[in-house]
Formats: sequence, C-alpha cells, structure tokens
Amino acid sequence: MNGRPGRSYKLMIVDDSNIMRRRIERSQQFAGLQLVGTAGNGVEALELFRKTDPDVVTMDLTMPRMDGIECIGKLVAMKPAVRILVISALADKATAVEAMEKGANGFLNKPFTDRQLNEAIAELMR
Amino acid sequence: MLYEQELKTFVDGTTNFFEVAAQQPATIGSPYLMEGTPAVHEYTGLINISGKREGVVYFTAPKAMLTVLLMKMQENDFSHETMRDLVGEVANTISGNARRDFGRDFVISVPSVLTGEKPPQIPQKPGQRSFIIPINWRSHSAKLVVSLT
Repeated sequence: MNGRPGRSYKLMIVDDSNIMRRRIERSQQFAGLQLVGTAGNGVEALELFRKTDPDVVTMDLTMPRMDGIECIGKLVAMKPAVRILVISALADKATAVEAMEKGANGFLNKPFTDRQLNEAIAELMR
Repeated sequence: MLYEQELKTFVDGTTNFFEVAAQQPATIGSPYLMEGTPAVHEYTGLINISGKREGVVYFTAPKAMLTVLLMKMQENDFSHETMRDLVGEVANTISGNARRDFGRDFVISVPSVLTGEKPPQIPQKPGQRSFIIPINWRSHSAKLVVSLT
C-alpha cells in the first residue's frame, strides 16, 4: 500500500483499553486515514472488520475472548492486503516475530509517544 | 523470589512508563521486601503471571494521582471506569515490557482491577514475600508490587 495524497484509507483500532483506543485516535495524524470503528477484543474486531472493510488496523495483543495474534491471522485470511500495526506492551522479540509471521506489518511497543505512533503509521503506509 | 537484575527490570519499566506516557519522570524509592499483602490504594490493576514464573504484579494508586495522570495523557474522562481502565493499563504495560528481559515464557494475563483500600483479596500463597517498589510522582505516591516465585 502506498499512502497516496488525496486517497482516503479506513482505520480500525483494536485494544481492550478505552484510554488506549482514544489515545490512538487522538494522536494519529496521517492525512487521509479515517476511523471507521474501534473494538475491544479479537471477536469484536472480526465482526467490525466484516462490516467496515478497513485498510489499516492497529492491534493490541493481550485481550480477552480472542487475543491479537489469533485475530491478525483471521484478518489477513479475509483480506491479505490489510496493513496491521501491532501496538502492544509485550516487548520480547519472539512475540514481535510471531505477529509479523501471522501477517502484521509493523510493531510498536507501549508506552509510546505521539511521534513514535505517527512514524510507525507513516512506515506502515509506505 | 526475585533477583536484583529482575527487580531492576520492573523499576526500569515503571520509570519508562511515567517518562513516556505521562511525560514527567517519577521518582522510584528503594524497593523493599515484605511478607503478606501490602496495603493498597483506591485503585489496583493486577496481572497474573504464569509460565516460567508464577505470581502477581500489581500497580496500586490513589484516585488523585490517576486523575492527574489522565490529564497529562490528555484524557477528559475521569469516570470510575476510566480510573479502572488506567490502573489495568499501567500494570499491563509494565508487566508486558518485562518480557523484554524475561522472554515470552513470562505469560501475563489480561488485567483485573480491584477498587477500594480493602479489596476482597489479592491472590498470594501463604508465606509468599513481595517486593514493593515505591513510586513518587508529582505530589502523589503509588506502588508497584511484584510477587513472583
């Protein structure tokens, strides 16, 4: 995906924390990225994904009902072109590698600054 | 029991959280060891640990501190539910970051949250000792408690 000027991309935010969902929504400043919905776990994310067909997803990993790793695999199976940025506190390399192998395109550790978030999204949209 | 280097992992994680998320460093007091369950503040976010280590890690803080922390995070919702969300997220972030040193076999649960200064119970084995990491931020005091076998 190339983040082309003038084109609009649909964003879905997945995190079990309301604070984090609002934080990501408030802080992301990528032009043309429009929020289509947020989900609090993997099960909600799959449902919302089917309804809204997002192009870009931010994905937490540690969540109730269905974790982020499982959810990434299911999202990529539905739409291989989806771009997924994992935003997680889990800081070990093995987890990052597993997420990327499942189909994630980027990994950002919590806590993060606004600048780090926007750099990660910009990298994702290249 | 926790080794000195492992304890440092949690101290560093706590320091990093306040520096990055609150954009204002906290002062970390000298960690100390105690037997039994330490006193808690109004809100406590608790993570159960399993895998190669077992036990709990929890962050406990007074409402006044959490209110200022939310302001620093540019939040404008100061409801009871948001306070619960915040302590859970702090505990989750510090515990998750610890996997940088402990590895993926340090398995963390989703956060559970206890409210009140006398919560029903915090799971702890008899005789289990906990490390208390005092956190001073602005004019407020909180604690990170690490109780692992």
